[in-house]
Amino acid sequence: MGMTMAEKIIARAAGKASVKPGEFVWAKVDTAMMDDLLGPRVVIADEIKRLGNKIWDPDKVVIISDHYSPAANITQAEILKFTRNWAKEYGIGKYYEGLGPCHQILAEKGFDIPGTLMVGTDSHTCTAGAFGCFGTGIGSTEMLGVLLSGEIWLRVPETMLFKWKGQLRPGVYAKDIILRTIKEIGQEGATYKVMEFAGEAIEALSLDERMAITNMVVEAGAKTGLIAPDEKVFDYLQAIGADKGTPVYSDEDAVYSEVYEFDASQLVPQVALPHEVDNVVDITEAAGEQIDQAYLGSCTGGRYSDLEEAAKILKGHKVHPDVRFLVSPASRSIYHKALRNGIIEILSDAGAMVLAPSCGACLGLHSGILAGGERAISSTNRNFVGRMGHKTAEIFLASPAAVAAAAITGKITDPREFLQEG
Amino acid sequence: MKTISGKALKYGDNINTDLISPPQYLEKSLEVIAQHAMEGIDEDFTRKVRPGDILVAGKNFGPGSSRETAPIALKMAGVGAIVAKFFARIFYRNAINIGLPVLECPDVDKIRDGDELTVNLQTGEIINKTTNEVYHATPLAAPVMDILNAGGLIGYLEKTYGQK
Repeated sequence: MGMTMAEKIIARAAGKASVKPGEFVWAKVDTAMMDDLLGPRVVIADEIKRLGNKIWDPDKVVIISDHYSPAANITQAEILKFTRNWAKEYGIGKYYEGLGPCHQILAEKGFDIPGTLMVGTDSHTCTAGAFGCFGTGIGSTEMLGVLLSGEIWLRVPETMLFKWKGQLRPGVYAKDIILRTIKEIGQEGATYKVMEFAGEAIEALSLDERMAITNMVVEAGAKTGLIAPDEKVFDYLQAIGADKGTPVYSDEDAVYSEVYEFDASQLVPQVALPHEVDNVVDITEAAGEQIDQAYLGSCTGGRYSDLEEAAKILKGHKVHPDVRFLVSPASRSIYHKALRNGIIEILSDAGAMVLAPSCGACLGLHSGILAGGERAISSTNRNFVGRMGHKTAEIFLASPAAVAAAAITGKITDPREFLQEG
Repeated sequence: MKTISGKALKYGDNINTDLISPPQYLEKSLEVIAQHAMEGIDEDFTRKVRPGDILVAGKNFGPGSSRETAPIALKMAGVGAIVAKFFARIFYRNAINIGLPVLECPDVDKIRDGDELTVNLQTGEIINKTTNEVYHATPLAAPVMDILNAGGLIGYLEKTYGQK
């Protein structure tokens, strides 16, 4: 019987020839990532001292301070200082701070290696699946176990296959693909499972866009989301001088628990209404809803192509006077490239506030918190109650282009209206 | 392992980690985080809960963040066990790892807020003393029981890595 990509990666990590869904295995971790929010400071720093005080392989550990960076208050500054010093004390050479959200930095630094197993203390570690790397989020105590042993127990998950045929039309993006997919299966639809994406629409996407899809699989409960690595992945890894790993692919006779087919050419821009990520409608159904803030950023929607698409919409326009338009590029290198290529200038000309690369606004930690009753459209991944600030605030999730369109009009707007002009 | 008895605190479906452990408190101490447990869905939660009470929820309890502060806050607030139709994956693992029992039971709709429950973790049997009903949760898998019996993953790890 054939295996899926996910099963092959787990089998290799577990040192077995094959595995089957439902089986419990102990798997060796290739990369263990911690962030500042839920990394060393939660449980780990205290407990590791009592448990031998030795990390199994400091070379396989990456620490990225992104949530509280740059610090908004003294408490956050102390957390960053603690994390930075802890990394030094335990010989973690791969410590990054101020570069941007961890999932983008993991990709840029070459840790999203095809065929490998990555665990991280952030739930969106599944983003690495865009490179054919089995990335999954774990808690701090579980990370403590990984730091000591280099291993983790896993229940081999079933894999669901999502085939996206055809090609996306202008104004429709990867973000719309994942929102539409989550709408179909619901926020619990992939609980304990893996979501694998395939089809010509997926193949045609840039890595930037593929990462927007795999980033959000956890919003349907998935353990990870995988896309078969192709030349785009290998070219990227080569360009940054990273390990190409040992890519694996699902067998022809692999068994999927469910198979869904969609036609990308029929897809229109989507929006997730407050307060659930599966509360998705065609954007035309929500058009006209007033917003106070438009946020373009995060590990979901702050990559170069996201800024570029937003700039196409905003060029020659001004941000609505009643709207704060915040832009946080997903990394310093994205910021730099966008600056060099005139993208930042277009956004700034339109009236954007360009912020540091950070997780801050996405989860209401700093740099753009919403007041009571305010409404935002955001290119991020969660619209839960209280996510971006006050619990009576409301969040609409949509593509970067839709965020840009709303920034101009002050209300939810189909981004295709702006693309037709040009 | 032991049985847990307490009154049911009943909630609905899809209670996510931002509701259980709101992000703005994450920079604070665990004690402060625990004082705000469930604040996003029920501001009175920490005043209502008594040690050993059983949080009963519908489907998909705990989706969202990998933050372990969600089960930690519930445990510190006094929750003795959680019974739901099913749990989000990371929350489930985190709860087990910090020693908070979580049971999957299809009959949670029959349980009302305030019912007196006794949960047997070994057998998965839930007795509703208020209605005299008995429900059957899925018994916990052996590796999961091992971790819970050790009081959580740290207790479990102590056996291997603890100072002799």
